[in-house]
This record gives sequence, C-alpha cells and structure tokens, in this order.
Amino acid sequence: MPTLPQFLSQAFNGVALGSLLALISCGLTIILGTLGVLNFAHGAMFMVGAYVAFVVLAAFHSFAAALVLGALTLLVFGFALERGLIRLYYDRPHEDQILVTFGLAIMMIEAVHYAFGGESQRVPVPPWGRGIVHLHFFVYPLYRVEAIGLAAVILLAFYLLLYRTRIGLVVRAGIEDPLMVQLLGTNVRRAFMVVFSIGCMAAGIAGVIYAPLAAVIPNMGEQFLVQCFVVVVIGGLGSFPGAIVGGLVVGQILSLTTLFNPAYAQAAIYAVMTLVLIIRPRGLFGTMGRA
Amino acid sequence: MEGARRRLLGWLPELFMALALIVLPFLCYALLGSVDLLTRILIWGIFGLGFDLLFGFTGLLSFGQAAFYGCGGFVTAYLLTSGDLSNVWLAMAAGIASAAAFSVIVGILALRRVGIYFAMITLAFGELSYFLENSPLAHWTGGENGLPGVPAPRLHFGSFVYSFSGSWASYELIAAFFFVGFVFARFVVRSPVGDVLNAIRQNPLRTAALGHDVHAYKLSVFVLAAIFAGCAGALLGIFQGYMPPNAFTLETSGQLVIQTVIGGAGTLIGPTIGAAIWLVLRQVLQQLPAIGSLWLFILGLVFVLLVTFLPKGIVGATARLGSKFPFFELRPVVTDAFQGEKGTAQALLAPFSTAGTRGSSPAELALHVRNVSKAYGGIHAVEGVSLELPAGRFHAIIGPNGAGKSTFLRLLNCEERPDTGRILLNGIDITGIGVTRAHQHGLAKSFQINQLFPQFTVRQNLRIGALSRLRGPLRLDVFRPADGFSKIELMLAALLDRLGLTPSADVRVSSLPYGEKRRLELGLALASRPSVLLLDEPLAGLSPHEREGIKRLIQDVRGGRTIVLVEHDMDAVFQLAERITVLHEGRKLAEGTPQEISADRRVREAYLGGIAA
Repeated sequence: MPTLPQFLSQAFNGVALGSLLALISCGLTIILGTLGVLNFAHGAMFMVGAYVAFVVLAAFHSFAAALVLGALTLLVFGFALERGLIRLYYDRPHEDQILVTFGLAIMMIEAVHYAFGGESQRVPVPPWGRGIVHLHFFVYPLYRVEAIGLAAVILLAFYLLLYRTRIGLVVRAGIEDPLMVQLLGTNVRRAFMVVFSIGCMAAGIAGVIYAPLAAVIPNMGEQFLVQCFVVVVIGGLGSFPGAIVGGLVVGQILSLTTLFNPAYAQAAIYAVMTLVLIIRPRGLFGTMGRA
Repeated sequence: MEGARRRLLGWLPELFMALALIVLPFLCYALLGSVDLLTRILIWGIFGLGFDLLFGFTGLLSFGQAAFYGCGGFVTAYLLTSGDLSNVWLAMAAGIASAAAFSVIVGILALRRVGIYFAMITLAFGELSYFLENSPLAHWTGGENGLPGVPAPRLHFGSFVYSFSGSWASYELIAAFFFVGFVFARFVVRSPVGDVLNAIRQNPLRTAALGHDVHAYKLSVFVLAAIFAGCAGALLGIFQGYMPPNAFTLETSGQLVIQTVIGGAGTLIGPTIGAAIWLVLRQVLQQLPAIGSLWLFILGLVFVLLVTFLPKGIVGATARLGSKFPFFELRPVVTDAFQGEKGTAQALLAPFSTAGTRGSSPAELALHVRNVSKAYGGIHAVEGVSLELPAGRFHAIIGPNGAGKSTFLRLLNCEERPDTGRILLNGIDITGIGVTRAHQHGLAKSFQINQLFPQFTVRQNLRIGALSRLRGPLRLDVFRPADGFSKIELMLAALLDRLGLTPSADVRVSSLPYGEKRRLELGLALASRPSVLLLDEPLAGLSPHEREGIKRLIQDVRGGRTIVLVEHDMDAVFQLAERITVLHEGRKLAEGTPQEISADRRVREAYLGGIAA
C-alpha cells in the first residue's frame, strides 16, 4: 500500500493535471457546444502553445511574455482559421468538420516537426517556480502549485466571460439552441468567431503553462486531445462546468491509478467513460438537446 | 436479352479488378524491382473495404479501426509465435473472430450515440486498446517490441506443399484475399442490406420509420468492418513476419480515414486508391531532399483541400468526369408502364394481411387509443385523448395550430412514448414499442415534412419501404440483389403507376419537383402495404391543382385501409373523412360525422369561426 505522503502528492499531481485538462477541455467543449464543431486540431493548438513558450523563453527569458504571446498567437491563429476555413463548414455534416480539423492537426504537427525537428525540447521552469513547497508531512514542486493557481485564474476569467458578459450570454444561449438565437436577431456567426478564437487561446495558454513540465514534441497534443474527449464525454457535451469537473475527475483517476499500477492509468479513464456512457449517456452536466 | 447483357455488365468491375491484380504486380516489379509496395497497398485496401462499408456507405465515421486491425493481427501472431497453433489459417480465423468479438462490445457502446460522439468514443476505444497492448498485455503482445517470427501459411496439395513466403508468394496470398473481399463487398452493396445501409446514411430516422432495425444494421456493418480490419491486420503480420505495435495507434486509424477520403468514400475502390497515393507519395517525396520531410504535410494539405472542394474524393471526381462519356454508364432500365390489369394492381397494393393469420374478429378495432397523454416539461401537448377506429374507417383530426394534432400522430406512430394511456393496433398493444416495430405491425405514416432518401432514385426510395415487409426488421441477405424480390418489383411498378411517378421512376429524388416529392412521401408510407395509414398534412405546400391529384390518390389507395388524416385544408377533410375529431389545446373537443362537426357550436367558436356559419 502507498504511504499517505505518496498518496497526497499523487493527489496533488492529479489536481495539477486535472486543472490543465479542464483548461484545454473548456475550449474544446464551448467550441463543440456553440459551433457544433468537434475540433480535432485542439491538441495541436495546445502543442503550438508549448512551442511558443519554448521560442519566447529562449529569446526573452520571460515567462509572462511567453504566456501573453502564446495566448495572442493562438487567438489570432484561431481567428484566421475560423474566417478562412471553419466558417465554410458550419452547414456541412459533422463528419466533414471532423475530417477537416483532423487534416489541419496533421498539417500543424508536420509544420512544427519541419521547423523544430522531432526531438524533445526542454522548456525551463521560470525562476519564481523553482524549488519546493514544504507542507506538513510532504514536499511538492513549487511550479506545479503555481500551475494549478494559473489554470484556476484563467478558468475563473473564462467563467466571468461566459456568465457575466453579453457575449457570454449569447454563447451560452447558442449552446442551448443556436438557431433560436439567430432568429431572435443576434448575430450568432460573430459569436462563433469569438468562441473559436477564445477556445483555441485556452488550449494555447494550457500549452504554455504545461511546457516546463513536459517533453515538448510535435505530437504531444494527441494524447491530451483523446483525454479531453474523455473529459467532454464524462462532463457533458458543451458544458463549461462539466469540462472543469470532468477534467479534475480524469486528472485524479490518471494520477491515483498510477500510484497502484501505472499500466492501468490510461485504461482506467476509458473504463470510467464507458460507465458514464452506460449509466448517464449525456454526461454529468450535459443537456439532451445536442447529440 | 437486355437482362442478360445487364447481368454480364454487372460483373465488369470484378473482371477489371481481376485483370488489374494480375497485370499490376508486373508493372510494379518493372518499375521498383519488387512487388512489396503493391502488397502493402492491398493490405490497406482490405482494411479500407470494410471501413468504406462503415463510413462511405453507412456514414459512421470511426476513428478507432486500429483496435480491430491490431486485435486481429496480434491474436493471430501470438497464437503462431507462442506455438499454441501451427496452422496459420486457423490462427487467422481466430484472430478475425477476436476482432469481430471485440467490435461487438465496442459497437454496442459506441453506437448508442451518433455523429460527433461516435467519432470520439471509437477514438477513445482505439487508444484504450493501444494502451492495453502496450503494458497490461505486454506479456503476450511483446509490448513496444511487437511480435517477431510470424510464419507464412502453406497449402497442401497431396504431397506438394506451397508456402506463401517471399515477396511474390505474399502478393499472391494477399491479392487473393483482397479479391475475395472486394467481390464480397460488392455483393453487400448491391444487396438489400447495401440499400438499407445507404438509406441509413441518408436518413436514419425515416429508415427506422420504414420498419428497418437501424441499430442492428449499424452493429452488423460495424462488425463486418472489424472482420475486414482483423483480416488485414493478420495479413500484415504474416507478410512482414512481424506484428508491429503501431498497428494499434491513432496514426493507423487516421491513415485509414485519410486514405479513404482522398481516394473517395462510398466507392469501395477509393481506400485502395488512397493507400496507393499515400504510400507512393511517401516513397517519391522522400527521395526529394528539399521537401522530403514535408511529405506528410503535403498529404495533409491535399486532404484538407479535397475535403473542402471534392467531398467524393479522386474516384468520385473521376466518375463524374467519366459519366460525360456515355459508354461508361449502364443504360437505365427502360421503364415500362405497369402492364397488369387494374384488379391485379389493386391486389398488389392491398393492405398486407396480418389480421387473417391471427384470426381476429371483424368486430375488433383496427386502432384503439385509450386515454393517451403527452407533456413536454410543463406543456401538455396531448391530454387524455381516446379514439376508436373500426377497420376501414377514414378518420380526420382537425384543430387550430398547436392543438396537439402532430404530437398525437407521433404517439400513434410510436415515434414517442405517451406518458399515460395505451394504443392497440388490431388488438395488439403497441404502446411504446418504437416506430420500427410499429411499422412491422402494419402501421405507416407519411410525414408533414418530406422525409426521403435524396440520393436514391424514386424506385429505390419505394423499395426501402417495401423491403421491410418481406424481410423483417433485420436480415443479412447479402448475396441477393436488391431488386431480387420479383414480388416487390411487381408491386413497385404498380405503386409507381398509381402514384403517377412511372416516368420519373429512375430519377434521383434530389432533382425531383416538390409536387412529385410529396407524392413520393405518400408512396413511401404505402410501399409496405400498411393496414393503418397515418397522414400528417399530405396537402401542405401544394398548389390547388396538385391538391386535387393527392386527394384523388388518397381515395384511390384506400382499399380497405384504416386512415387517420391530419390536415388544415377543410374542404379536403370534409370531403374525404367519414368521422372527424376536433382537438383543442391537447384535449378532444368534439367528435362526429362531418355534418355533426360543422353544426357543432363549440367547434365553430373554437376553430371554424365564420367558415361554417
């Protein structure tokens, strides 16, 4: 049996991983809920965020700059993508939308592979994140605690945007019934543009935060993408609270299973997903409206 | 004579394929000095034949096919390398059977949802199998090392033994499997099963409403695709003498999807063409130092452009070009007007008798609705409505907008389950049994908004309606041509004649004028020869002239049927119906003969206003 400090430190790891999964998934789920588009390129957006962190940190040695530039890059990229390509797909079948974003993901991964090569890049932990936290009976790396804090702050910002602003109201209404919002005279397509850009930005920010903790390689986003699908299925399609709760749940399952048997960590999340699908197919917070 | 010519022409694709499989390896050998590239293309081709049935024909986009490819490959490889089995053919059969069994489990879970969810769940199961292979099952699968030393199969002819090892012999083995798979897949797509799968892609709800068990068909094709995948995986291990762990990865599933879309989904040959493009492009581009490492980027770009501008892929685009040259296309069947006597037509279209076999008494009600209610949230759409219809009654339901007429009809058709109350059809309780089984019991509905199969011809549309009557909710008769039921074909000719659609029988529905589509909508409901026919605003959106046509048609096809009509055209209702029920705010306001209803003061107040006064 694992000792209590081991258990607690794994639980903390679970929160760190879970908060990042929540951050990536909330972008994925609001795009899915509002636009009806399942963005298979979302993992690649996350990867691009990590590479922006790598480049900016190497050039300016400023993590704040990396965070801002990472967010901006993905915001602009998402905007351009929505205007240039995704927009053409709103009236096409879901399968086509999946195919085109899947193709985009391959192009993004291969472009980064061409520019940086396939080897893993090291991104340094920022100076204020070095060291460890002494809690009563166990120690924990400081940067992981800060990463949790950062993710929480950004998720809070998204919450305020979604629940306290006019555009957020349009977006939430759009998740319920996009056609009705349009009929009521609101320009839903403009909201779509905003949602897609912001959703990509969330993945980019998560990429920057996670970069110092991971091996930065071109296909690092793929595993996260699949885990985020699990989060979205568990949390409920299009649900912002579902993405947060689902992200934390999946993070904990991955971490705690690793404690007992690392081999089963990945299998465990799919087992839970299967269980949710059987018992409650719409997910924890999902509505039946879209499916 | 014409029929024989057509039958022969129908085998042309098989003939071309056989010739190509014989000629191409020599070409490949002359160019590259080895046939291995072609062998690899054909392994992907076998994998792709199954996937095309699943995605191209049925419209189910799975991102987890690697699970079955890997499963078939690893079970075969394990049985052979561990020494549990020495017969390669038996090991392959076991591998394919495991892939099929695994697909049943995944299919039952994944097919609970459609579209986006289906893609996500299959992808997750694909990843799950990769992780299972990689660590918990590493003892058997070799983990990241895979399984080396897979032997080649042998054939014994008396004392002579032929081993399928080596480049050419592997090609022979895999080309033979590919050819058998291709011929089988061609049988499937030309069979009634193929028509139903195609119908599911175009309009799953209507397919279910026409008495086909959509879920069971989807599961069947999912398992069939897994059998193809398992076979391809097993052959990969045998061909390479080594089973690689990356067979299970998302890249494998993704490559399959990309190859299928590039080549052309729904063409069977598309995935093989796509595989050829992928593998050849990789080999050619990697020779060029300047862009060699960008080959996958270029493929991704081609893929995105094709999805955006050429959704039918390369084969689809070529076929469209080819169709400008007439000799490519089979001449459409010369449509004869229905030759039979009027009496024969009447008999062919008469309600399919289920009552006779059950020995029901004539006194029994065809449709007996007891006190049904349905609420959506706080809105009571239908509240405690009852209805008793003896066989052969023509009953109309009228009421102002929002009175609950359409909801009531949906309840009758078992599209939705009433909150309370029972519905009996010829004495059988059909409450909540679902639209497919209700249809099997002899109920059919023509929808308010056309629910057709736009890519089918008029005749194919009607055939989907007729097939479920003879074949039941599920039958996997893949070796019978879709038009192989002579009884159905005769009935279709009579029905087309009755609908006045004989001249457009072989026209695609998407290019049909609205008035003809409306008649076809009615025809779809009639094709299964229902004993109870529900009509939801059959006259909606038609010109006065077309309305007359439909009204005549309804009277024409009555032939002893029980009919429930919901309609806003009061002239039509009062002209056609024997009895009328008036619904108002979900409740029954009045019921009686047309004379009684038009004289009823409450009805006039609530609804008719000045018209009847």
